[in-house]
Amino acid sequence: MPASAPREHAVSRRFDIHDPFRASDADEERGTDGSGHDLLHLRELAETKARAGRVASELLEGLGELLAVARGFIDSRLSDAELDRRLGLLLRNKNLSDYGVDPFGFSPVYLRRILPLLQWVYRVYFRVESFNVDRVGHGRVLLISNHSGQIPIDGAMIAGSVLLDLDPPRMTRAMIEKWAPTLPFVSTFFARCGQLTGLPENCRRLLESDEAVLVFPEGSRGISKTFKHRYKLSQFGTGFMRLALETGTPVVPVAVVGAEEQVINLYDWRALARLVGAPAFPITPLTPLLGPLGMWPLPVKYRIYFGEPMVFDGDPNEDDEVISGKVRQVRDRIQTMLDDGVRTRRGVFV
Amino acid sequence: MAERETIVVTGCAGRLGWLLVRRLHRIEGVQVIGIDRRVFRGKPKDVEHFRSDIRRKQCEDLFRTHRVTAILHLGIMHDPRRNAEEHHTWNMLGTQRMLEYARRYDVPKVVILSTAGVYGPRPDNAALLTEDAPLLAAQDFPEIRDLIAVDMFAQSFFWKHPGTETVVLRPVHIVGSVRNAASNYLRLKPIPTMMGFDPMIQIIHEEDVVTALALARKPGLRGIFNIVGPPELPLSMLIREAGKAALPVPSFGAVSLLERMFRLRASGFPAPELDNLRYNCTVDGTRARDELGFTPAFTVREAVRRAVFDAIQPVPDTELDLPPCAGELPLP
Repeated sequence: MPASAPREHAVSRRFDIHDPFRASDADEERGTDGSGHDLLHLRELAETKARAGRVASELLEGLGELLAVARGFIDSRLSDAELDRRLGLLLRNKNLSDYGVDPFGFSPVYLRRILPLLQWVYRVYFRVESFNVDRVGHGRVLLISNHSGQIPIDGAMIAGSVLLDLDPPRMTRAMIEKWAPTLPFVSTFFARCGQLTGLPENCRRLLESDEAVLVFPEGSRGISKTFKHRYKLSQFGTGFMRLALETGTPVVPVAVVGAEEQVINLYDWRALARLVGAPAFPITPLTPLLGPLGMWPLPVKYRIYFGEPMVFDGDPNEDDEVISGKVRQVRDRIQTMLDDGVRTRRGVFV
Repeated sequence: MAERETIVVTGCAGRLGWLLVRRLHRIEGVQVIGIDRRVFRGKPKDVEHFRSDIRRKQCEDLFRTHRVTAILHLGIMHDPRRNAEEHHTWNMLGTQRMLEYARRYDVPKVVILSTAGVYGPRPDNAALLTEDAPLLAAQDFPEIRDLIAVDMFAQSFFWKHPGTETVVLRPVHIVGSVRNAASNYLRLKPIPTMMGFDPMIQIIHEEDVVTALALARKPGLRGIFNIVGPPELPLSMLIREAGKAALPVPSFGAVSLLERMFRLRASGFPAPELDNLRYNCTVDGTRARDELGFTPAFTVREAVRRAVFDAIQPVPDTELDLPPCAGELPLP
C-alpha cells in the first residue's frame, strides 16, 4: 500500500485484518487506489465502522460462547478414567520397551500427563469442531492437511480430534519441521509426544507399522503464509504421494478452518528469520506492542474437516509430472473443503 | 574335519580385546594370537601374544608362520587425546596392513570393529538408521575422520577381494569396564547433560559385543552389521539407571566451554561429543539379528552397573555368567 494513501484507508485496512470474512479483490483495489473522492471515503468509513461493529459483536458473542463452553467443559470433559481408557486402547498393540518408550522416543506416560492440557486447549480455548473424524479408519493412513497459523497448533488439534473425538482413539504421528530437533525443550517435547522429524525413512517405518501419519505437504511455506494469502494452499511437496504409492496407504485429506486467524502474519521478515535460523519470522499487529508475545494465538474457533479417503495406485518411482498430477488431486480436494468450510462458517470466533 | 581355527586379534591388550581373547580361547579347537604393542595383562596361558605395533612389517611373520583363519581387527584407536598424526596413521596404516596380509595369505575372514558413531548424531537423522545410511559423523567432528575412513576402507576391500569374507560391525555405544567415551561419561558425577535435550540412546554391554565378534566368524557371513543392544532409551533414564544426578548445562555456550576445558585437560571429552547428548544416532539392528543371529543378552541396567561399579575394582578372573550362545560355533 502506498505511503501517500489517505488515513481513512489505513484505518480500514487495519480493520480488514480482523475481518472474519475474506476481503474480496474489489475491496483490496479500493483500498489501494481510490483517492480524492470524499463521498466514497465517507461511505467507506461508514462501511468500515459497520464492519468493525460486526467484528466486535462477533467477538463478544464468541467470548460468550467461550464462557458457555468453559462451563460446559467443566461438566462434560472426559474424566481421568476416560482418558486412561483411551490411552489404554491406544497402547493395545504398541511394543514399548521396559522404559515405556517406543524406538522413536514416544512416551505414553508423558502424553497422559499433558492430555488434560490438550483437552482444555481443544475443547475450551479453540472449541474445536471435527467433522467425519471416523474417516481416519483403523489401518495405515496418511492424513494430508493444510498448514496454517504460524505456530503448529493445527497439528496438535488434528491429533486431538483423532485422540479425543474418535472412538477407539488413534495416535497421530506428525512429520515435523527439520528445525525442531535443534531446539532445546521443543525437541524433547515433540519426541515424547510421538512426533517425528519429517523424513521419508521415518514416514515409511511408521506406515509399515500401520500408524496414522500426519503430513503437511506445504511445510513451512504453508504455516508462515501472510494474512492476505489465508486459505490459499501453497505449493505441495510430492514426497507423501510417493510414500503412499510405495506402501499402499490411503490418503485422507484434512482441511483445518480457523487456524489462519489465530496469529495474523502481516509480514514475514525473512532476513531476521535467516539470522536466527528459523524458517520464518512473522510480524503480527501485536508484535510492536508485545514483542514475541505478539505470536500468542487468538481464541479462534477451529473446524477440522476429514475428507473421503483417496486411494491411489501406480509406480512410486514415476516421473515428477505423473506424481504431481496425483498430488494436485489431493490439493484440489483440500482447497475445495477449505473454501466450503470458510464459506459456511458463522464467524472466526463462533 | 576342518583345520584348527587360528584367529588373530589385534588390540588384544585393551579391555575389549582381553574379553574377546578370553572368550575365544575357551572354545575348543581355537588358537588365539594377539597383536598389541602394550603389555598384555591377564593373558590366558595358551594364548600367543605378538608384541608389536600393527603398523610394523614384522607382524607379517606371524602370517608366514601360522595358517591364520580369521583376523578380528579391534586395534582401532578412539583416543581423542592422542596426537592427530599418530591417531591417523595408526588407524589407516594399521587397517591397511591387516587387510593386505589377509589378501596376501588368503585369510578367509576379516572382521573389523567399526562403530555406529560413524553415522554421527545429527538433528536430521532418521529414527533408526540402517546400514546404508551415509556416514556423516565427520561433518561436525573432523577428528573422527579416520574412523570413517577405516570403515570405508573395509567396505572397498569387501568389493575388491571377494575371496575374503569381510565383516564390518558397527556397535552402538559400548558400555562396561571398557574405558571409552560412553562408559567414562557414565562414570562422571554428576553427569552433565544439555538442557532441554533428551535424545534416545542405545548402549550395548561389552560382553554382547564380544558375542557379536565371535558370531561374525560364522563361515559364509559377510557385510556390514549394526550391532544393537537392549532397546533404546532416553538419556535421562539412562542416567537414572546409573543412579546419578544429571547436571543440565544450557547448550548456549556449552560447546565453547567444553572446547576450552578439553584444551586445558580439564575434561577428556572433545566438544563435538556434545552432539551425542543432543541429537539421536540410533541404528537399526534387524540385519544383525536375522543374518548374524545376534541377540543381546544383557540389559541396560547390567551394562550400566558394570561401567559404574565394577570398573572401580579389578574384575575377578573367575568364570563370567555367559549366555549359552556365546562363542560356540559349528566349524565347517
